[in-house]
Amino acid sequence: MELVQMQKSLQDYTKSLFLEGVLDSQFLQLQQLQDESNPDFVSQVVTLFFQDSDRILNDLSLSLDQQVVDFKKVDPHVHQLKGSSSSIGAQRVKNACVVFRTFCEQQNVEGCHRCLQQVKQEYYLVKNRLETLFKLEQQIVASGGVIPAMELGF
Amino acid sequence: MVCEMETDHQIDEMDVEVLSSMWPEDVGGTEPDNQFNVEKPAGDSDTLKEVDIAEKRTMADLKRLPELMNTTDQGSSQLTNLVKQWEYMQDHAVRLLREELKILTKQREEAEAKELKIIEEHNFETEEPENVPVLDESSDLFRRFKEKKSDALVGRKRIEVDEEFDTVAYWKQKALSLEKMLEASTERERRLIEKLNESLKTMESHSAPVEELTQNLKRAEGFLHFILQNAPIVMGHQDKDLRYLFIYNKFPTLREHDILGKTDVEIFHGGGVKESEDFKREVLEKGKASKREITFETDLFGSKTFLIYVEPVYNKAGEKIGINYMGMEVTDQVRKREKMAKLREDNAVRKAMESELTKTIHITEETMRAKQMLATMSHEIRSPLSGVVGMAEILSTTKLDKEQRQLLNVMISSGDLVLQLINDILDLSKVESGVMKLEATKFRPREVVKHVLQTAAASLKKDLTLEGNIADEVPILVVGDVLRIRQILTNLISNAIKFTHQGKVGIKLKVIPEPSFASDNTLNADAQEQNGMAETSVWIRCDVYDTGIGIPENALPCLFKKYMQASADHARKYGGTGLGLAICKQLVELMGGQLTVTSQVNLGSTFTFILPYKVATANDHSDDQEEFSDMVDHQPEPDDTTEGYFQFKPLLGSIYSNGGPVISNNFLPHKVMLNSPVKLINGFVDNTGQSEAVQVENGDYMDEARHETRSGHCPEYENGNGPCPSKESESCSSSQASSEMESELTVSSPREDVKTEPEVRETIKQPNILLVEDNKINIMVAKSMMKQLGYTFDIANNGVEAITAINGSSYDLVLMDVCMPVLDGLKATRLIRAYEESGTWDAAVEAGVDTKKLENKQLHVRSTNRLPIIAMTANTLAESSEECYANGMDSFISKPVTLQKLKECLQKYLH
Repeated sequence: MELVQMQKSLQDYTKSLFLEGVLDSQFLQLQQLQDESNPDFVSQVVTLFFQDSDRILNDLSLSLDQQVVDFKKVDPHVHQLKGSSSSIGAQRVKNACVVFRTFCEQQNVEGCHRCLQQVKQEYYLVKNRLETLFKLEQQIVASGGVIPAMELGF
Repeated sequence: MVCEMETDHQIDEMDVEVLSSMWPEDVGGTEPDNQFNVEKPAGDSDTLKEVDIAEKRTMADLKRLPELMNTTDQGSSQLTNLVKQWEYMQDHAVRLLREELKILTKQREEAEAKELKIIEEHNFETEEPENVPVLDESSDLFRRFKEKKSDALVGRKRIEVDEEFDTVAYWKQKALSLEKMLEASTERERRLIEKLNESLKTMESHSAPVEELTQNLKRAEGFLHFILQNAPIVMGHQDKDLRYLFIYNKFPTLREHDILGKTDVEIFHGGGVKESEDFKREVLEKGKASKREITFETDLFGSKTFLIYVEPVYNKAGEKIGINYMGMEVTDQVRKREKMAKLREDNAVRKAMESELTKTIHITEETMRAKQMLATMSHEIRSPLSGVVGMAEILSTTKLDKEQRQLLNVMISSGDLVLQLINDILDLSKVESGVMKLEATKFRPREVVKHVLQTAAASLKKDLTLEGNIADEVPILVVGDVLRIRQILTNLISNAIKFTHQGKVGIKLKVIPEPSFASDNTLNADAQEQNGMAETSVWIRCDVYDTGIGIPENALPCLFKKYMQASADHARKYGGTGLGLAICKQLVELMGGQLTVTSQVNLGSTFTFILPYKVATANDHSDDQEEFSDMVDHQPEPDDTTEGYFQFKPLLGSIYSNGGPVISNNFLPHKVMLNSPVKLINGFVDNTGQSEAVQVENGDYMDEARHETRSGHCPEYENGNGPCPSKESESCSSSQASSEMESELTVSSPREDVKTEPEVRETIKQPNILLVEDNKINIMVAKSMMKQLGYTFDIANNGVEAITAINGSSYDLVLMDVCMPVLDGLKATRLIRAYEESGTWDAAVEAGVDTKKLENKQLHVRSTNRLPIIAMTANTLAESSEECYANGMDSFISKPVTLQKLKECLQKYLH
C-alpha cells in the first residue's frame, strides 16, 4: 500500500515538474535511454549535469564580477549550460540561458547579472526537484518497487 | 616728355600689357612698305622735325582727296585755319616793322630838334657872348637840355671839351663836335631808311604763303603721325558707296590698289566684315555719328575686335558724301572683359552651387542623423524588448491557467510584432546605408516557391488555394541570394493572403528577355559578377497574384513607400508595419531587379518582380544536388526538381495535396509527423519507397514554419508541453488544428519507436560515425541514444579533433555541433569540404589546424564521395539552417537531439 502510494506520489511529482515546465520531453528521452544494461543512466547524466553546471555557474559568477566583463568568456559558458540543460530537458534553465545569451550578445552587464540570477534560480529549482525525484525513486527501489513508466498525460 | 613716356613704356611696362602693334609684325610680302614703316619713334624728339615719320602708313586717293578737302567743311576749315595762321603771321611781321619804323622816325625828330636848338644856341652865343653871368639861368636851361638830350640818346658819348669854358676856342670846338654828331646821326638815319627799304623788299619776296603752309601742313601731319604711329588705330574715309578714299594704318600686306576705291566687303572676308559695313551704312543713312564694337574674324588678320567710330561727312551744301571712321583694336580688352565676365559668372555659378551643395549636405546630414538615430533607437528598443519577450516565453512555460495563458499569448504576439517592426526598420536602414550584402548561392527556384507556399499554407486559416506555377524554361538551378529572394516571396505571399478572403493566391515564374532598364544598369552586372562564374544569366519574372481586395489606383504610388499602407482603414483592419513592401522593393532593386504592381479593386493584385540570375551549369547541378538544396532534410524526388505546378489547400479543409505525380495523400502533416512517424515511414517504405521523402518534407515543413515566423526562442514544437508560443497570433490563439495535434501527442508513446529498433538494426551494417561535440552531457546522451539505435561512434571534442579524426579514418557520417571552442562546426565543415575538393588539407593548415598530424596521413586520401555532415544546431539565429547549408553541411538536427530525430537522420544517410 505504501509502495503504491509512493509510486503514485512519484508520478504526481514528475507530472508536476512537467506542468511547471521545470522539465520537458527531453527528460523523457533520457528515461527512455535507461534500460537494464544501463539502469542508472538518468541519474548518471543528471549528476554529470549538476557537476558541470555548478562549475559553469561558478565560472560565470566570477567572470561577471570582473571589473571589465569579457563577454567572449561568458558566452561560451552560457552556451555550454544551455546545451547541457537542453540535453537533460531542464527547460527553464535552458530558456533562461537563451535570454542570457541575448544579453551577452548585447554586452549588457546589467542584464547578464539579472540573467545569471535567473539561471541560478532555475538551476537550483531543477536540481532540488530532480534530487527529490531521485530520492523518491530510490525509496521506491529500496522498498522493492518498480519505477513506473512515465507517461505524459497532461 | 614724349621720350620719357616712350622709355617708360619700354622699360617698366609691369602692369600694362605689352601693346603689340595692331597688325602682326612679320607679315609676308610687306617688305616694300615696311622699310618706311618705322615702328619706334626716334629717341629724342623735342622738335617735331626730328620725328621720323612713316609717310607710307597713309594711303590716299590723291586725285579725289583734294577735291574732298575742297568740298567738305572739315576740309575747308583746315585750309582756312592755315590761311588765317599765315595772315596772322604776316600781320605780326608788318606790325613789328611798323614799330621799328616808328622808333626810327622818333629818333630822327629828336635829332632834328636838337639840331635846331644848337643853331639857336649858337646864334645867342654870337649875339651876346659876354653876358654869361646874366645868362646864368639860360646856362642852367642849356644844361638841362643837355641832360635831357643825353637821357634821350642813350649810349651817346658825352662831348668832351678840353678848352676852357666860355672861351671862343671852347665854343668853336663845341660847335665842331656837335656838327660831327649831327653828321653821324644823319648817317644813321640814312642807313636805317635803307634797311627799312631793304626789309620791305624782302618782305615782298617772302609774301608767297605756299612754303610756309607746306611747312605747317607737314608739321600737322607729322604731329598726327607722331601720335598715331604706334596706336592700334586704323582710320579712314569712305565715300557714300563706302569705298575707301583714305586710310591710315591699313593692314601691312594690302597695297594701295587693294584698298582704295574698294569697300570693306570687297577687301576682307569673314565674320564681322558685313556687320561693320552695315553699321557704316546705318550711320551714313541716319547721319549721326556712333560707336560700335565689332569682332572681325577674317582670314587676313584672324580674330580681332575693333571699337569703331563712324561719323558722316557732309559737303558744304550739307549733303552726305561719305563717312569718316576710326577703329581702335580692343581685342585684348574685350578678351579681358569677357574673361572677367566669365569669371564673374563662374564665380556666381560656383557660389550658387556651393550654397546648393551646403544645403544638400545639410539635408543629407540631417537625413543620415535621422536614420542613424532610427537605427540606434531600434537597436536600443530591441534589446530590452527581446528581454521582455524572452521572459514572457519563459513565463509561458510555467504553470498558468487558461486566462493567464491567453493574456500571455497576446503579450508575446504583440511583443513579436514590435520586434518584427524593429527588425524591419533595421533591415531597411541596412539596405539604405549599403551595409546589406548579397550572397550568391545555388538554389532551385521551384523548391523555393514550393517552400514559401508550404510555409504560408501552414498558418493559413482561410479557405484559399495556394498555387505555384513555374514555366518549363525556368532553370532547375540558379544562383542568387536565396535568403533575400525567399524573404521577398514570403513577404509578398503573406501580404497577398492577408488581403485575400477567398479564391487563390499564387506564384508564377517564367523566363523573360533582359529588360531594357537592365542593359545600362551596370550595378546588376556587378552583382552578377560577384559570383565570378561565367554562366549565362537569365531574367526570371515572378508574379505573386491574388484574388483579394485589390488596391485602388490612387494608393498605388505610395504603396512602396515606407510606413505607408493603402489607407489608414486598412492599417487598422489588417495591421502590419507598412514596411514590408518597401523592404521588398529595396531588396529587389539591390539585386538589380524591379518590383512593380498591377491591381484592380475587388479583383486582386499582382506583384511582379524581375531579377537576374546566373544559371548554374548542369555539371554543378548533378554534383551538388544536395549541397544547395533549400529544403531541410529533403531528398528530392526524381520528378520534384522539374515539377512546375504545386497546389496547397488550406489545412482547415484537411486536404494537403502535392501536385507531384506519385504522391497524393490526404492527410494532415502535423498528425503524420507527431503521431507515429516511424510506423508511417516503414509503411511507405514498403509501398512506394517515396514516403520517407514525404515524411521528411513534412518535418521540414514544420521547421520551416517555425523558421519563417522567426520563432527562434520558441520551445520545441514537438514537445507538446504547452501550447506553442508561436509568433503568429492567429496560429496561437485559434488554431484548432494545433490544439488537436497536441492532444494527439498525448496518445503517442515513445515506446513505439523502440519497438521498431530491431528492424532498423538488422538492415544496417555497422557504419563509422563521428560525433563532434564539446558538451559532455550531450555526448553522454547521444552515446546512449546511439547505443539504443545500435550504433557506435567516435568522439571529437572540437573542429580540429574532427579534422584529425576524419583524416585518420574513413567515416560514413559526421554529426557536427555548430558552436564549439577551438574550431566551430561551420569552419570545420568548410575545411573538410575543401579537403574533399582538393585532396589536401592545405586550407585547414592555413586555418591553423595542427599540421603534423595531418601530414602523416596526407596520402590517406578519401574516396571522392561526399562525406555527409549533419549539423547539430541549437536553432538560434546564429546557427540558422541556411548558414549550415552555406558552409557545406548536408542537413541539420535541431537540439536537443531526440532519439527520433537522430534515427531519422541516420536512416537517411546510412544505407
